[in-house]
Amino acid sequence: MTFEDWIFALHLLSAATLVGSLVMSWIVIVALRSVDTVVTTLGFNRVAMVGTVTTAVGLVGAIAFGIWLAILRDAFHVWDGWVIAAIVLWIVATLALWRSFVEYAKGVEQATALPAADWASPSPAVTASNRATSGLVFRAVGSLAIVLIVIDMIWKPGA
Amino acid sequence: MLAAIRPGEQDFALLLHLVGATVVFGALLASSTSLLLARGDARLLRLGYFSLLVVGLPGLILMRLAGEWLYQLQHWDDVSERFGEPSWLGIGFVVADWGGLLFLLSLVLGGVGVHRLSRGKGGVGLLRATMVISLVLVLAYVVAVWAMTGKPE
Repeated sequence: MTFEDWIFALHLLSAATLVGSLVMSWIVIVALRSVDTVVTTLGFNRVAMVGTVTTAVGLVGAIAFGIWLAILRDAFHVWDGWVIAAIVLWIVATLALWRSFVEYAKGVEQATALPAADWASPSPAVTASNRATSGLVFRAVGSLAIVLIVIDMIWKPGA
Repeated sequence: MLAAIRPGEQDFALLLHLVGATVVFGALLASSTSLLLARGDARLLRLGYFSLLVVGLPGLILMRLAGEWLYQLQHWDDVSERFGEPSWLGIGFVVADWGGLLFLLSLVLGGVGVHRLSRGKGGVGLLRATMVISLVLVLAYVVAVWAMTGKPE
């Protein structure tokens, strides 16, 4: 394998980590909607935190190795239309996913503000915070941007 | 560069193959993490199992079928046995097929585990076995992605 092949493999490994982490986060988000206790919310949050870290690793790796690859390969340039489109979509995805993480962290904060004695009991307030739509909307926007990047990368319009 | 040398008719098959692979990879990540961090919480143990069953299994089927479609479109079966298949393709088949069998084994063990858990007869040990298999498969998928993209020869 050449050095360029390694950068390409690392770029796609980062992309796979990113998309896989998003799938993971959607599984947790959908399951979280039926959670009504603080204890279980915290358990789901532990799993979600792993997804947050792998999403961040995937986002940083995909853009860093992607730009490096565009510089290394003669056939591509950073100023190609499909590369610029991917970078813009990456910025949209990063901002939306960041806001989504912040919104879900607020939900966990609200849940843990309840008296510790009530953490194991079902609570309508916990259910409501786990079903809040703000985090969900940002996650959907971020995920859509990532799907568009994948389509852009495969078809490479204008290349 | 890949777009320039890959005929356009393969793009949709490749997209489906990638969607299937990332869905099964995400389900394996969710499953192994949930089972690893469950600390005996029945809801997280069930989440770990049903991630594999409801999300991972359809992803695995899509990945394998779209992969076979790509194999046909690229005419790999027309290549003379004298030349043999490239190693990256072999690694992909091993991870998809043998990994698929491991995946099914983890579903069976986890299914029995979840059933026993719901009846209060344990089952955590079986779900732990599901977790170990999921972690092994996560590593196998990382190797497969590296092999199929870097194409080492």
